[in-house]
Amino acid sequence: MSLYYVQKFLYELNRDPKVQESYRQDPEVAYQGFDLTDEEKRALTEPDIGLLFVFGVNGQILMHFAAFHQVDWQDYLQKMRDGVDEHGEVRDGVYKVTGYEGVEAHASALGQESNIGEE
Amino acid sequence: MPLVFAGVASHAPGITGRADQADPVVRDEFYANYDKMRQELEATRPDAIFVIGAEHFANFFMNNMPAFAVGMADSYEGPIEDPEWLGIEAVTVPGNADLSKRMISEIMKTVDISYAEEWKFDHGIIVPLHFLTPRYDLTVIPANINCQGPPLAPLSRAWEFGRAIRRAADSVPERIAIIGTGGLSHWPATPDSGKINEPWDREFMDRWLRNDKEGLLSYTDRQAYIDAGQGAGEIRTYVAVAGATEGSTGDLLFYAPIPIFSVGCTLATMKVA
Ligand SMILES: [Fe+2]
Repeated sequence: MSLYYVQKFLYELNRDPKVQESYRQDPEVAYQGFDLTDEEKRALTEPDIGLLFVFGVNGQILMHFAAFHQVDWQDYLQKMRDGVDEHGEVRDGVYKVTGYEGVEAHASALGQESNIGEE
Repeated sequence: MPLVFAGVASHAPGITGRADQADPVVRDEFYANYDKMRQELEATRPDAIFVIGAEHFANFFMNNMPAFAVGMADSYEGPIEDPEWLGIEAVTVPGNADLSKRMISEIMKTVDISYAEEWKFDHGIIVPLHFLTPRYDLTVIPANINCQGPPLAPLSRAWEFGRAIRRAADSVPERIAIIGTGGLSHWPATPDSGKINEPWDREFMDRWLRNDKEGLLSYTDRQAYIDAGQGAGEIRTYVAVAGATEGSTGDLLFYAPIPIFSVGCTLATMKVA
């Protein structure tokens, strides 16, 4: 696990057209210099938005990567929810601080109705 | 000149990027109040607007993350996001490196900040500018507080940063306005996106409008994270503006939760004597 380098790669990709071009041409080449596991490379290449969220990638980085792949907003949110269902709780990063156990459980922990569906 | 204007405003990218998906009634009321804030700002005839934003990994990353940073360039480009996604065209915004340098030098007497001669605006700065300086003709001095990559500077330091900005604004001959952007409770870009803790927001704004230093500085990161999401780290920008206007009181122009914008949309000003 190297959340730092997954996020760093996405940070570079989000802001640098040259990295975007390299990633489009040959992801393996684009990943050079970033200490990534095979699982992380697979998630980035596919891309598996849900698994990247479970790794702990910050949404402020991940949402731009989703937009880069033409994933629309509601679909982006759903992919993260599906990722938690499939792979379990967020493993690292800022969302791990209090644990992330899914939208409904999180809403009830706050004593609130989930207002997600109302969007 | 003494500071001429101080305010706070929401900056969530959905405000412009997902405008068509919001309830038009509440959205238009929010926009109308943003425009009212623009008129109040313009009436103070500022020479420059000092925008305290919360960076979202557009310029800074965890390889070298400043707690506080201030831009020092003659122009800035934005948005870094896809203009179509954000709903804001690509623009070049005027800066003033010399004014930045003078203000930074004054701020540094009490707060150790970073400066940046390159800076690309993300939604945290460009969304408020889109409403407050729609022709992008007012000189901007961008500032950033790390609100996303812990460890974050304590709220007490955000307050001191605000006090230092005030001293710097008062020390230059130009007429300076300041705006803090961000928050309040929100879970941006996560599966919880759209969740808003309205009672928490209203309690925070009550403290802010009274410039209640003790109340504002009493939030802990952990409890704020639990109650108000990782986006609540951005209250630092509001705390800085409160520090810059210590002893004053504020006026709430607008507050309403707009879930598709992922945030309780907030606009407020603080009286500057
Ligand atoms: Fe933000």
